[in-house]
Amino acid sequence: MPTVTINQISLTVPDGTTIIQAAEQLNIEIPRYCYHPGLSIAGSCRMCLVEIEKMPKLQPACNTRVTDGMVVTSNSPKVKEAVSGVLEFLLINHPLDCPVCDQAGECYLQDYYMKFGLYDSRMNENKIKRHKAEAIGPHVILDTERCVLCSRCVRFVREVSHSNEIGIFNRGGQSEIRLLPDQVLDNNYSGNVVDICPVGALTDRDFRFQCRVWYLSKANSVCNGCSRGCNITVEANRQRPHHGEGRRVMRLKPRFNKDVNQWWICDVGRYGYKFIDDPSRLTQPLEKKNGEFEALDWKTAAQRAVDQIQAAKQSAGANSIVIIASPQLTNEDLFITRKFFGMDLGIEQIDFRVPEVVPSEGDGFLLRADRNPNTRGAEAILSDGDGFSLPRMIESSSKQPLKLLYICEQDLTVKLGDDRSRQFVGQFEYVIYQGSNENETSRMANLVLPTATYAEVTGTFTNFEGRVQRVNAGIEPLGDSMPVWQIVCKLAKTAGFDYGYESAEEVFADLAETVTEFEGLSYERIGDQGAKLAESAHVQA
Amino acid sequence: MTVEEYRQTGGYEALKKVLFEMKPDQVIEEVKKSGLRGRGGAGFPTGMKWSFIPKTGDKPRYMVVNSDESEPGTCKDRVIIEKTPFLLMEGIAISSYAIGSSTCYLYIRGEYYDQAMILKKAIEDAYKHGYLGKNILGSGYNLDVYLHRGAGAYICGEETGLLESLEGKKGWPRLKPPFPATSGLYGCPTCVNNVETLTAVVPILQKGGDWYASLGTPKNGGTRLFCVSGHVKKPGTYELPMGIPLRSIIYDYAGGIKDDRKLKAVIPGGSSVPILTANEIDVKMDFDSVAAIGSLLGSGGVVVMNEDTCMVKALLRISKFYAHESCGQCTPCREGTTWLKKTLQRVYDGDARQEDLDHLLGIAFNMMGTTICALSDAAAMPVRSYIQKFRHEFEYHVQHKCCDVEAAVRV
Repeated sequence: MPTVTINQISLTVPDGTTIIQAAEQLNIEIPRYCYHPGLSIAGSCRMCLVEIEKMPKLQPACNTRVTDGMVVTSNSPKVKEAVSGVLEFLLINHPLDCPVCDQAGECYLQDYYMKFGLYDSRMNENKIKRHKAEAIGPHVILDTERCVLCSRCVRFVREVSHSNEIGIFNRGGQSEIRLLPDQVLDNNYSGNVVDICPVGALTDRDFRFQCRVWYLSKANSVCNGCSRGCNITVEANRQRPHHGEGRRVMRLKPRFNKDVNQWWICDVGRYGYKFIDDPSRLTQPLEKKNGEFEALDWKTAAQRAVDQIQAAKQSAGANSIVIIASPQLTNEDLFITRKFFGMDLGIEQIDFRVPEVVPSEGDGFLLRADRNPNTRGAEAILSDGDGFSLPRMIESSSKQPLKLLYICEQDLTVKLGDDRSRQFVGQFEYVIYQGSNENETSRMANLVLPTATYAEVTGTFTNFEGRVQRVNAGIEPLGDSMPVWQIVCKLAKTAGFDYGYESAEEVFADLAETVTEFEGLSYERIGDQGAKLAESAHVQA
Repeated sequence: MTVEEYRQTGGYEALKKVLFEMKPDQVIEEVKKSGLRGRGGAGFPTGMKWSFIPKTGDKPRYMVVNSDESEPGTCKDRVIIEKTPFLLMEGIAISSYAIGSSTCYLYIRGEYYDQAMILKKAIEDAYKHGYLGKNILGSGYNLDVYLHRGAGAYICGEETGLLESLEGKKGWPRLKPPFPATSGLYGCPTCVNNVETLTAVVPILQKGGDWYASLGTPKNGGTRLFCVSGHVKKPGTYELPMGIPLRSIIYDYAGGIKDDRKLKAVIPGGSSVPILTANEIDVKMDFDSVAAIGSLLGSGGVVVMNEDTCMVKALLRISKFYAHESCGQCTPCREGTTWLKKTLQRVYDGDARQEDLDHLLGIAFNMMGTTICALSDAAAMPVRSYIQKFRHEFEYHVQHKCCDVEAAVRV
């Protein structure tokens, strides 16, 4: 374990640690463009040059490994001069079009100029004109004038997505990022090149001109796109509601988690947030009267739901009621669902599994075939029932009288197909749909209860390998929609069971005490990188 | 020249001696003793370079011959290939044996088509006569030589750019470490040597390292091919002892300045090195002496300029070359070379301001020592030295919007 001294501070690091990594541990900022911890070392931007004792030339911190007794300086006049010089070189042909650049505000050129530049321009030449604003794929726009040729994107398509769509063409001052002949930057990870581009050369078509980044609020969350549970930040525009035509969630960005997604997320997840601000959002409770939906207040809606459930139970017993939960719900939602419907009302027919006509496929990297964020959590929380199987029930038409169907956040029409879903739902006298967006299934319901989306709630998801991860509200629930656990608590209170939960965290604390697999977990322990379900209690589902 | 003719002049005797009487380590020791320094331009001690190649390990070791000869003013490898290709073949065999390599790649610049054909024939002949291939001369030593033509990029003469090119990639010099001696061609230990270096190995093994060292100056063994071009009466490639005064090369061998004009400046070692003024030509032409006066012996390309040469124009031409040849990988070189070229063009055109001269020096300063390979330095060194030594000419262009030298020539 070598000991290195950087700017007079000593640190002992594992063998093989580079100077840039050691400096990061000391919170010493060494500027960089080409270095990215998830990619191979290029060492070509020359921004991270540092002075090393006994070495005549400055060395790149990204490629120099620490040796015992090494003395590094990153703030000497010699280093400052070199870094400022490199920055000047990068900016001489830069178009300086920050006012119309989406990257402004999170641009390494802007930030480093303020920190390491602040020189007067010496550039008296005409700038090199290059290709601007080219769509190089369904999600990415390339502006070669803004490019600093750090080659991060090129290394990404080589080393991470293995798709090789882009490369650096020509040489010297004419060098440019281009698509390879007959290629389009169209792979399921294409959006990541925008994240890793340190400047405004690669921008996201989805985010283009929607909002300045300094208006965005950021909430740590977890992607709901599949059972991987990639860590993300939900970035929302709450300050300028007139921008982006009322769109609140502006973009999702990957958040580093070394055990889940490293630095990346897939495009399916990245662009899968559109339902949040979609016009199809359900914003108030609805009741169907004479074939038309009419708005209700929550009190009336809850009363109606409870009345219908109790009436069904009294007339035909608990087995006339089926609750379809959802692996889209948080652990907290599922726990309350079980608590109220299962334990307090004694309904045994609760399941979250709905067979899919066309099953999804994984891509062998991050995206998994199971497109639900909380299947593992649903298994842990709901599986100790009596073995009721919704798929079996759907397969064989039931002989018992069916009264009430309560569907949580599942579009049966999409999963089962139109005919089968209508046939199944048609067996029930009364249907309650609880979900965030209007769909064919919600239109079949008698009562619709609007729920908040994952971007609007606090809670936890359990990913496929049993990692429990926290979801934080990035925006307020739209309209009168509410988090599922609050809706079910409201129903419970109407039915005479007052749970008294004030927050999702309290629900989770109760969950951790009740469900064996969650034993020992708390929001604090989960933190922002997640914590695994108790290994000893792990049940292979 | 045929193999037979080469043999009559003592050809392949050194190889025979090496294969049957010497161990690889002894060959390396002999070369170390000779004081031979790399003739490509950097002047790194050859014997030491060879000793860096690991002697054990599962990976094959490669010998790579650098014949990309692209430095403006340099044409010595070409002469060797044209005049005595078998000397190169013998040098390759001895050197490959020394580093324990059984595969050699000969990388020749694309523009040297005729020379490539000569080499192709020489390789075939060497195979035919048992100097290459399996079991060379019955010694049990095997060596295959493959000829590879480049595609016309200066940067492929940089050893790691060359290796990338040889691997079929874009010729971008590699970040070091790792160095080629441990991880070179296809990630295997590799030794890259210049053509002239490898041919020098033959006489060293024939007559001994001490004999070779005695031809030059201390730490600068042997002779050197000086490619004299420009305003001299007898331009050409001259093999002369290391340490010979530059004045002697110009006046005794190249016949002095053409039309007996006055000498203005000399590039002592290829276009990238700092220029020397007429007052500096008493320097001894060996690596250390030239370095001592602030220039470099480099590739041995001596470019002579007479009093009618516009130094602004000369520098502009050189800067255009480096801007065209920068690979574009490192920021200071990619941006700096083009910036220098554009500003120099304005200076030459009489469209510049006084501050631009200081900017040129500042840009060149920021390009020095900040990149992966030496091309950035190669582009910056001439700018700094031309402006420092001939600043009055640059200022004349700025102030009078024309060239005093060219105006005088026209009169």
